[in-house]
Amino acid sequence: MAQPENLLYSKEHEWVKIDGDIATVGITEYAQSSLGDIVYVELPKTGAHVVQFGNIGVVESVKAVSDLFTPVGGEVVEVNTELDGDPALVNREPFAGGWMLKVRLSDASETARLLSPSAYEQLIAEEAH
Amino acid sequence: MTAASVPVKRTALYEEHRALGARLIPFGGFEMPVQYSSILKEHEAVRRRAGLFDLSHMGQFVLEGEGVAEWADRLSVNHVATIKPMQARYNIFTNARGGAHDDVIFYRLEDRWLLVVNASNAAKMWQHLSGHAGGSAVKLTNLHGRSALIAIQGPQALAMLAPHAGADLSALKYYFCAEASVYGRPAVIARTGYTGEDGFEIFVDGEYAAEIWRALLADNCATGLEPCGLGARDVLRLEAGMPLYGHELAEDITPLQAGLGWAVKFGKPEFLGKEALLAQQEADDFRRVAGIVMAGRAPAREGYRVFLGDRDVGEVRSGSTAPSVGNRNVATALVEPEAAVVGTAVAVEIRGTKHAATVVALPFYKRS
Repeated sequence: MAQPENLLYSKEHEWVKIDGDIATVGITEYAQSSLGDIVYVELPKTGAHVVQFGNIGVVESVKAVSDLFTPVGGEVVEVNTELDGDPALVNREPFAGGWMLKVRLSDASETARLLSPSAYEQLIAEEAH
Repeated sequence: MTAASVPVKRTALYEEHRALGARLIPFGGFEMPVQYSSILKEHEAVRRRAGLFDLSHMGQFVLEGEGVAEWADRLSVNHVATIKPMQARYNIFTNARGGAHDDVIFYRLEDRWLLVVNASNAAKMWQHLSGHAGGSAVKLTNLHGRSALIAIQGPQALAMLAPHAGADLSALKYYFCAEASVYGRPAVIARTGYTGEDGFEIFVDGEYAAEIWRALLADNCATGLEPCGLGARDVLRLEAGMPLYGHELAEDITPLQAGLGWAVKFGKPEFLGKEALLAQQEADDFRRVAGIVMAGRAPAREGYRVFLGDRDVGEVRSGSTAPSVGNRNVATALVEPEAAVVGTAVAVEIRGTKHAATVVALPFYKRS
């Protein structure tokens, strides 16, 4: 499967969309598909400070609890409250309505440590074996 | 050999699971489907229509010879000798402390008994039964991994299976079985299951398992029969208040603690663990399994601590989101007696935060 070209990716299967100094974060199609039916998402509160690759919450499927990491550091300026009532939105639209949080970047150079769409594509091709 | 190096076995239906795109996990020594499409979709199929399960990983032993029932009655808590021919009955084998060695189903056929044990306990149970069979006329045969077991469960199970069964299934009562055929192949068909729905379990030689599995799916795809994995099965059984060995029952969790006192027949002259269970019942101070429903959206999971006020009163043994309980998060917890009273407000600690929950009567779900 091709990965959206306008995003950057982490090895932990999060995506990030950079728009000025605001980064929108979610989990990838591969991640939601591996997790299965998502029943609960626990996110940091608006105003929280998060560090790149830090554990910021959990994503729970019917069977398992998985840690959620942030691909970039900064201040959380918004979380997707739609996911409280409809966590399965992450399954249906991982790259769109299923976004999780928006972060005001503390250090734009952190994005250099993320994966390009093709590098991420290669990572999941390797994981599938 | 360490446990990790034991090769994972495959059931007779392994290739079917692969072809259907199942996600496979090791379970009870076998590579088993945990889900095909989605646990929630499979769960819904069983509650509304029907689901098809491969349970060939479960242990199947044949018991024959003089005095099987009397012999088994001394090793288990429920009555065996009173089981009628072609009847099935739930039972628990206990240890001397009254703890559960395994929970099982006895199927009494015309000339032999079929005993179905948990996959994870199959080797342990084989050893236990073989050890106790010495000096008796009881003959044991281990069919584990050879005979297949296919379950069809759900409100449409009867309509889907009946046209292909060589027996009148509508006349087959709950917890009874028939030695008949399915698609012309010899099979034992039992009206038993582990989902809280009507349904059947089909014991058939591994040789015929794949053709029966494929035929049932092909003949019933239009009416919504879905292959279902162990993930859906676990949610279904939890909603229906059925114990899972290793969770609500264990070597150190007795049938009384699990709320299975109805299956413990103290009127039997003797059985392994009877004295310990009598003493436990007399004292009535033991931790017991309670049903709890979370107030909020965070699921309770196995091992999470349960609190009554500030006091740690026990732990969660199974937990899941429960589509048939209004999508609430439900759990079983092994707790102090005062925390097991229906209506009690308790809290479950989830990642350092206490979340409100209420003790409710089991089962969480009963079919209408």
